Amino acid sequence: MQQALLWFFVLASLAGGLLMLVLRHPMRVALALISTMVSLAAIYAILGVHVIAVFQVLIYVGAVMVFMVYAIMLLDVRDPSFTHRYSGYLLPGLAGAAVLVVAFVRGLAGSTPAVMGAGVGTTFDVQPFSVAFLNDYWLYFELTSVLLLAAVVAAIAILKARRRGNG
Amino acid sequence: MDNTQLLLALSTALFAIGLAGVVIRRNLLVMLMCMELMLNGVVLSLVTLSQQAASTTGAVLVFLVFVVAAAEIAIAVPIVLLLARRKRTLDMDAFTDLKG
Repeated sequence: MQQALLWFFVLASLAGGLLMLVLRHPMRVALALISTMVSLAAIYAILGVHVIAVFQVLIYVGAVMVFMVYAIMLLDVRDPSFTHRYSGYLLPGLAGAAVLVVAFVRGLAGSTPAVMGAGVGTTFDVQPFSVAFLNDYWLYFELTSVLLLAAVVAAIAILKARRRGNG
Repeated sequence: MDNTQLLLALSTALFAIGLAGVVIRRNLLVMLMCMELMLNGVVLSLVTLSQQAASTTGAVLVFLVFVVAAAEIAIAVPIVLLLARRKRTLDMDAFTDLKG
């Protein structure tokens, strides 16, 4: 059952990724990306890494993609880049991606299977995660808050630049 | 194929799809979303391997990557909107004058 669910979500996330390449309108691309991210969250939940699954839904789908959807709705739909999907690098780009996939998957298939068993079934509850996070990694926690502050200041600076450019 | 190999293959495929999207698509916002897809592929491999090793370090690292991605989007999307307002388009070909 779990194996079937894992395969289902692997195929669903792959399908969402492929749809991102062929869909025309950015809003549909955003919805395909959201479905890929939700499938990845489901994969994390199947693996037992519940903390990451929750973060994936909250931060990626809840914050990042909502912001992206707002940005798409602010834009003009008559933009020519909405009707012409591909740039001139269509064939080289696809060939490069195909070479990358084939090389990696062949390398994976040739390697001996990883040592399973040790970590299988380990669940990452919130408690051990938060204890490790705030005991051992508190410096990085503080650094991320500094980074977020810098991002806020940069976003405000960009807004100011936009106003000056118009006025 | 066992589960670890399956998930690592999926993460490679997602990374390659994102890379192809960044190269072949025209729209700036779509390119940005394909970059997010690449990041998601990398995070998937990180989660898979850290779950194998049963370590919380990987989970902490993934959380930090999420925060960095959120900060990146918070800056990148206003920049894209600014560029779109200046050139009246999101077409990549309109920005060739940014070449050095």
